[in-house]
Amino acid sequence: MAKIIYHTHDNKTHTVDVQKGLTVMEGAIQNDIPGIDADCGGGMACATCHVYVKEEWLDKLPTKEDGEEDMLDMAFEPKKNSRLSCQLIVSDELEGLEVNIPSKQG
Amino acid sequence: MNKTDVLIIGAGPTGLFCAHQLGIIGLSCEIVDNLDKAGGQCIELYPDKPIYDIPAVPECTGEELTNNLLKQIKPFNIKFHLNERIEELKKVENRWHVKSSGGIEFDVAAIVIAGGVGSFEPRKFPIKECGKFEGSSLFYSIKDKSIFKDKTISIFGGGDSALDWAIELSNTSKVNLIHRRDGFSGVEASVQKVKELNDRGRLSLYTKYQIDSVLGEKNIKAVKIKHDDGEIKEIKSDYVLGFFGLIMQLGPILDWGLTIDKKTVQVNTENFETNVRGIFAIGDICSYPGKLKLILSGFHEGALAARGCFKYAKPDEKLRFEFTTTSKAAQERLGIKK
Repeated sequence: MAKIIYHTHDNKTHTVDVQKGLTVMEGAIQNDIPGIDADCGGGMACATCHVYVKEEWLDKLPTKEDGEEDMLDMAFEPKKNSRLSCQLIVSDELEGLEVNIPSKQG
Repeated sequence: MNKTDVLIIGAGPTGLFCAHQLGIIGLSCEIVDNLDKAGGQCIELYPDKPIYDIPAVPECTGEELTNNLLKQIKPFNIKFHLNERIEELKKVENRWHVKSSGGIEFDVAAIVIAGGVGSFEPRKFPIKECGKFEGSSLFYSIKDKSIFKDKTISIFGGGDSALDWAIELSNTSKVNLIHRRDGFSGVEASVQKVKELNDRGRLSLYTKYQIDSVLGEKNIKAVKIKHDDGEIKEIKSDYVLGFFGLIMQLGPILDWGLTIDKKTVQVNTENFETNVRGIFAIGDICSYPGKLKLILSGFHEGALAARGCFKYAKPDEKLRFEFTTTSKAAQERLGIKK
């Protein structure tokens, strides 16, 4: 388990233990954290699991695979710290990761 | 009024295979889809991406899978209604009267919702005031390109649609292409072409910019765009086009009295009927304990839902279980001559 901190648009903070090996997207879905739709189910095909990663985490995350940046073009208000949460696999290194969920996904 | 046994909503792989299963057991059906072609997510999201988990098909693309399914249902001569979204359902005695966005009416015994994650709609600009210009000076798709002649057009996006239209419209209009980063997701040849047009002054390319606001009263006069470093530019525009791909929306399905949880419709696993008698749901849109969002699961669900439809379509007949290898009736329906 690793602690992942989700800040939702309604200014609530959800701190949950997510099983290692799951994605940050799955952690949100399984814990009913609102704002992550994940329409395509983690296939990097929809950009509805878009999150903003807290700045200090940007360099600690695995780099974007081909295709993630392309999908982020489609995301709602993408920023420099945008990631697709389906591409972030939870591990010890991600303990304490904080993400902000955008106001909407589409 | 189109009278048929079953209406299938959604022409993705699950809907197409369900049509096959209906055909095999002797029921007629018609298929409606909001997109302009069959294939659903397979065609819209990943036509070129290989799929490796279709039973007995080691590898195929979304497009190949769709084409094979269309080939498989060809003998049944199924009528497709594309670019149509189902808006209203009404129960009339033992039948359902259904109406589409384009005004097509159906009279059916049962309905199978194979709608994936909902119907595909264009993704819109994040700014509220864009709504008031939509359809007059702001568009997410182009129906009549002649209106843009000799005008100034600001196109947003970095995919093929944005690049292709920027290139095409630069022949007859003044085009600004605005994209959030230096890289593009469209094909390299188009990217090169756009850069070349920019160098020759035939088009103005703004990268690392995103939309900030739109200005104008009745029609758009200008857009403000914001650079990554915060700088804001105002560019004159008669029209604004946004190409950010499609997003899936559940839409009118929400109003049909179905039990919906997390954008999916609850079904029983015996025949994939919903809480409303005569309405079935299969594929990504249905949920039940153990649900896997795989194409192969959608095929299974479609086979059972088709049989579930039988009692509504032919209440006085009994459905016998048969194999296509031996059933004369099934082979006849498939048009197989021996």
